[in-house]
Amino acid sequence: MESATAPAKRTRPPWLLGLLPLVLLGAAIALFVALDAPGLERSGVPAEELVVDRTVLRPGEIELHVSNDGPDPVEVRQVIVNDGFVAFEQSDEQVGRLDGDKLTLTFPWIEGENYEVALLTATGGTISHSIEAAAESPEADAGFYGLMGLIGLYVGIIPVAIGMLWLPWVRRIDPRWVQFLLALTIGLLAFLGIDALLEGGELTRDGPEALGGAALVWLGAVAAYLALTGVDGLMARRSERERSGGASGFRLALLVAIGIGLHNLGEGLVIGSAYAIGSLALGATLVIGFALHNTTEGLAIVAPVAEEKPRLRRLALFGLIAGAPAILGAWIGASAFDVSLAAFMFGLGAGAIVRVIIQIAPSIRDSAGRYLHPLAVGGLLTGLTLMYATGLLVSV
Amino acid sequence: MDKLTRRKLIGSGAAAAASIPVLHEVVPHQKVHDGLAKAAGGSEHGAHARQNGAGGSHGSGHRGVVGRVDPTVNGFDPRLIVRDFDEGTTRRIAGGRTLREWKLVAQDKEIEVAPGVKFPAWVYNGRVPAPTLRAREGERLRIEFVNGSSHPHTIHFHGIHVAAMDGVPGIGAGNIEPGGSTVYEFDAEPFGLHLYHCHSTPLADHIAKGLYGAFIIDPKRKRPQADELVMVMNGFDTNFDRSNEVYAVNTVAFAYEQDPIRVKRDELVRIYLVNALEFDLINSFHVHANFFNYFPTGTSLEPSELTDTVIQGQGQRGILELKFPHPGKYMFHAHVSEFAELGWMGFFDVVD
Repeated sequence: MESATAPAKRTRPPWLLGLLPLVLLGAAIALFVALDAPGLERSGVPAEELVVDRTVLRPGEIELHVSNDGPDPVEVRQVIVNDGFVAFEQSDEQVGRLDGDKLTLTFPWIEGENYEVALLTATGGTISHSIEAAAESPEADAGFYGLMGLIGLYVGIIPVAIGMLWLPWVRRIDPRWVQFLLALTIGLLAFLGIDALLEGGELTRDGPEALGGAALVWLGAVAAYLALTGVDGLMARRSERERSGGASGFRLALLVAIGIGLHNLGEGLVIGSAYAIGSLALGATLVIGFALHNTTEGLAIVAPVAEEKPRLRRLALFGLIAGAPAILGAWIGASAFDVSLAAFMFGLGAGAIVRVIIQIAPSIRDSAGRYLHPLAVGGLLTGLTLMYATGLLVSV
Repeated sequence: MDKLTRRKLIGSGAAAAASIPVLHEVVPHQKVHDGLAKAAGGSEHGAHARQNGAGGSHGSGHRGVVGRVDPTVNGFDPRLIVRDFDEGTTRRIAGGRTLREWKLVAQDKEIEVAPGVKFPAWVYNGRVPAPTLRAREGERLRIEFVNGSSHPHTIHFHGIHVAAMDGVPGIGAGNIEPGGSTVYEFDAEPFGLHLYHCHSTPLADHIAKGLYGAFIIDPKRKRPQADELVMVMNGFDTNFDRSNEVYAVNTVAFAYEQDPIRVKRDELVRIYLVNALEFDLINSFHVHANFFNYFPTGTSLEPSELTDTVIQGQGQRGILELKFPHPGKYMFHAHVSEFAELGWMGFFDVVD
């Protein structure tokens, strides 16, 4: 900038210059709206896209929670269940864009049977929705939340805590084997990360598109990655100030716990929602499967602190951070499951895990600085295999 | 989730849609909460309180449409159509014969086939089914056809006539283009119950969209005096997936369930039953607690069968004669249960 003109310009505050484009944009939009969007009249018929987010079955009654995923309002005028009109009530005659509605159908459904529901709109279009193996939805009372809490406990906290009991053993083995265990941890996490991405993607397939659909998973992943990087940076600065490093093992363990916690949040959501719609067989196999599956997560948390002298309270905190979100997830999933929210949460889990893997990676380098030395590769593969094998026991 | 690709299926339908924007306006209709279940007592609908309501025998009322179709919006009323016979205008011509004339105008028109559910129909004279044309055996018939629709149409009459009057594309007047007109002229033969419909291609679409009606040729020897009803069984593919979402007699789903057809005890009732259904191969008629004499195609004065259920394929029709010996409400419906629960169901209200 030329020095002669600079002082003159400085009289204008910089924030005003920053605001100018925004003001112009606002004016342009206002003009456009005031002129009623010239030349952009909607041609043709409305696009009706309604998504059934949630189905609640009560004796003699089917409750559908729908949301409008399309650009135009949708008016449901009649409801067909298995080739027959049924009486129903709705709170709003018209469901606006991104708006939701509750339809209560009077229908004597039979347990275990399948139903095809078609919502017939004012323009004659149909929105179809399948109900498979109809079963009464659990009432969301205290007992129900208790049960969900218990499931979360079994699936999240207990297995993680048990897995953390490997710590004394980890501390006594050869440091080279600790590297193996860290590589194994990366393997476990890689599996969870891929699992979270796929699960999130699968959810969005039948979910609303208007809120972002599959993009939400990736958005969540990037957000979690960046957030965790920021948190890590903060912790690093603090620990440097406190005692010039040395606490990196704990930092690592905490990050692993957060990553796993976010993943378990998504897992809890899916379990809770599956239970709420009655499609979850709460058998012993499932609980045992999750216990085995998630016990390995406990190992992943303690591996980074093998060379530290961890305090029990801190370890317990890590266990809670990793396991407790499963309870929270189960509650949310069972009471207010939302596809978009769940997809975003799975994205969070995946992003956090990627960040954690990058964080752990330097610890598995051998003396020559190689990452993929035989022991590390063995660890990675063992981790993936372990997760895959225990994962077979769990299918929600 | 159904992505509604239906609009593409109508092909040139965009033009049709553009020509009827006025009809797209939402009809002021009753609160949807006025469900059939609640309407079962009938008293909630002051305007229609003349009936006790069909719900008495409807159990918990869990099946049925929600709300009612306002006939003033459609411009036709199934309660009137059922007894509406259009005899046209007559005059004497050479040889002492009678010339009977009608004028039929094809139009694009949005109609309400179930409460709140619109269907972009094609209609003759503003209604579905089209007017029930009624003539006497041996008369000369002349039908002036004006195409006010945005698509080419014809009228094809079932009957015996020369090829040029058959109302099919490529023969005689062939397709009548929008704005065009023609005259179909032929003798009324044979006596019986027939139908007429558009024969432009694609045929299923031109019929399914509403261009059909009953065509009665009375025999020279009159049938016995009776309370005569016409029932055109039809259906509507509202989402254009080549199957019907709504079924009915005389277009409006459950119309005669909400407003039963009143008949007199021990009086002869004659039903002219026509199957105009597309996409489904068969349709049927079943009456409760009674039996009827059936005259297939109405071409004989002797019944072929005493029954309570009759099946008709596409384009088939027949005459039913019965008397109700007991007062009360008697259901009639397609014994194809799926059709019954999707709208093809009603009641006779037998009174002294």
